[in-house]
Amino acid sequence: MNWLSWLFSGFLATLALSTLLSGSQGLGFTRMNLPYLIGTIVTPNREKARFYGFFIHMLNGWAFSILYVLIFQSWHFVNWWSGVLLGFAHALFVLTVGMSLMPGLHPRMASEQHGPNAARQLEPPGFMALNYGIQTPLSVFLAHGVFGAIIGIFYHLK
Amino acid sequence: MLHSGKRSAKVRIHLHSRESSRGEGTISGAAHSKFPTANSPAEGIHFPDIQFPEIQDYALIGDCRAAALVSRYGSIEWLCWPRFEKSSIFAAILDRKLGGHWTISPASYQHTKRSYIPSTNVLQTRFIGPEGTVLLTDLMPMSSTAFSKSRVLPDHEIIRRVECTDGQAEVKFDFAPRANYGRNAVVIGNKGRLGLRMECGHGVYWLRSPIPLAISDGSAQASFAMRKGDSINFSFSYSEEAPAVLPVLNDAIVARIQETVTWWQKWVELAEYKGEFRDQVIRSALTLKLMNHLPSGAIIAAPTTSLPEKIGAELNWDYRYCWLRDASLTTRALLELGYWREAGDFLDWMLHATRLTQPKLRIVYTVFGEKAPKEELLEALTGYKNSRPVRIGNAARNQLQLDVYGEVIDAAAQYAFHGGTLDREMQKALRGFANYVVKHWEEPDEGIWEPRSGRENHTHSRLLCWVALDRMIALCEKGSLKKAPLDTYKKQAELIRNQIRDRAWNPDLQSYVSVLGGNTVDASLLLLSWYGFEKADSPRMRGTYKMLRERLGENGQLIKRNEDSSGEGAFAICSFWEAEFLSLGGGILEDAKQLLRQLLKFSNDLGLYSEEIDPKTGAALGNFPQAFTHIGLIGAALSIAQCEEGEQQLAHRPEQATKQGATQEVSA
Repeated sequence: MNWLSWLFSGFLATLALSTLLSGSQGLGFTRMNLPYLIGTIVTPNREKARFYGFFIHMLNGWAFSILYVLIFQSWHFVNWWSGVLLGFAHALFVLTVGMSLMPGLHPRMASEQHGPNAARQLEPPGFMALNYGIQTPLSVFLAHGVFGAIIGIFYHLK
Repeated sequence: MLHSGKRSAKVRIHLHSRESSRGEGTISGAAHSKFPTANSPAEGIHFPDIQFPEIQDYALIGDCRAAALVSRYGSIEWLCWPRFEKSSIFAAILDRKLGGHWTISPASYQHTKRSYIPSTNVLQTRFIGPEGTVLLTDLMPMSSTAFSKSRVLPDHEIIRRVECTDGQAEVKFDFAPRANYGRNAVVIGNKGRLGLRMECGHGVYWLRSPIPLAISDGSAQASFAMRKGDSINFSFSYSEEAPAVLPVLNDAIVARIQETVTWWQKWVELAEYKGEFRDQVIRSALTLKLMNHLPSGAIIAAPTTSLPEKIGAELNWDYRYCWLRDASLTTRALLELGYWREAGDFLDWMLHATRLTQPKLRIVYTVFGEKAPKEELLEALTGYKNSRPVRIGNAARNQLQLDVYGEVIDAAAQYAFHGGTLDREMQKALRGFANYVVKHWEEPDEGIWEPRSGRENHTHSRLLCWVALDRMIALCEKGSLKKAPLDTYKKQAELIRNQIRDRAWNPDLQSYVSVLGGNTVDASLLLLSWYGFEKADSPRMRGTYKMLRERLGENGQLIKRNEDSSGEGAFAICSFWEAEFLSLGGGILEDAKQLLRQLLKFSNDLGLYSEEIDPKTGAALGNFPQAFTHIGLIGAALSIAQCEEGEQQLAHRPEQATKQGATQEVSA
């Protein structure tokens, strides 16, 4: 594995992913604020949650990119469209499995079955995160597709 | 006092569709007897049955970002989220069918009494009926930094708490959201235990209810029986960011109401005014604070649009923006009440939000310093009591009003004279404004009353151009301002002064007049004394006052704004200017106090004023409540108190500043 190339491509891809998701929120395609969603796992303070969430998401994206790299290594080829395909698969996993697990994993998220309580008051994402806006799945697919494409372009096999 | 209500879950619930029967009780009209109730619901029970309430039948709640109007019949009829000037989700105040509302009231009651919890903007409406009494508490929550840091809270929320305080009652709940001034249908999704969800535009609304609601035709309804000691809480929230926060409706909500009460009461404790009119001054300050956009420091003129200045006529304007014209009077009110933080934030907003257009100033801005939106007519809405058209946006955005330069400079000068510091950027901006005045003060403009009939040489605008240069000179001499062309300012100020004294004075009338060389008067001439141009007890001002009373006086207490304002009400701030003028030496102190006491009777039962007052009936007219009117009330009370205590009045000069500011903090 080409560690230096992973560090660079993984960082670049995560930066693009964060920018695209934030941009999607700013342009009104989705209400989902990923740093806030992640940051509230560790703090209820809205401002701090955004700050912590951003760094956690950056580290998470960076770490996750190692899976892409390992898959490319096992395939013995890498290019942008194979990255896009991996990105779409990643997005599908996040939207279906990840989001459905979120109410159980997130200490401040309410569940649709039990409703909110004193500790859990955040709106759950629902199927495919549609509670966060009808175009949320589209934004997630687009952002992860670009994430995969960047790794595909900038990672060099060893 | 708030109680968590252990019996809150024991209410008996009946769901019913929109077609289901309504209560049979009657009400006897408004409890507050000062105003006519001819159009109040003499026999009406619930929202769809009642006609438009009188304007004074509304109350204001808010969170310094947005505001809602609640009628005395338990109906929220105006709400725009996330900011004052954004589109509405409830607008029944402008159209009973299309606008949308959220009503909670007993099926049967005889009358209502309402009040704010003392020193707060938490509204309580008491419905008194034959079998029991129901207390409805309405608020938009506020919280201290410490409180909000320790828990997740909704971005924007209204809490409604219903308590049965005596006997028993059947309570009806009718929730009918209509987005974008009634133009867009709202689909209500039932998300089970999470609540009702409504997605509109870029945001999502959530209604949280502890009782099941029947949904039909874009509305949600229920009716429930309550006995003494029962209570039930509802939350309606809005978010443009996900995940939204879904508040719990148990004791935690009682804690949040208490936190809001505490927040407001702490804010009120900062007020330094201790005079005879303290209750009314505090209510005015609280109302003004609701129109203060906390994130930016801006203060809007009023939270509503198109409440008519004349019922059934076209004088309907959108006031949900910030007029620089109000700057000087607003700053004086804030500073002398002791609200340094608000005054400083407001000044910051004026100087920084206007940066894109400096040294030119627009007359009206949004809370974030953008140009107010283009005026648009909402043809589908009936308007309040069929007063069409309903307007959003404001065409005054393109007008020229040269007075705004003096207003802004005077506001900054007052701040500096009270001990505030003008940083380098502020000084640069002020020099830019003053230099603009030097070049343009001789031009005609639209003037303070914003007629749409063209430009003239208004005395008030000349006065404020003189104020601009006069205050710049004072700031330079005090050392608060550097690098200014002092000699130019002195020379030009003298030219303006001479022009006003020569051409704005009509020897035939023995009065100053509205327009140079003219022969009509308007109430803004009273401000010649307020701004220190001409002493209130001078022969010229006495002559002017006599002429104003003669031509603009209404029923001995009110005055109209100008001679063209036939058919509309008396512009309320003008009467407060009159009371202040008397206290400044235009009359005797007791006359000023007596007039102010009379004017206080024209507020509604909660102490709120609209833009205008109908001189015949005393009814409120125009947008409601109006910041400018409340600023006028505060100003008159301050000047009277200063006169009583022998203090210097009006801090237009360094030596006249009555208080030197120590920064005060209130956590927000």
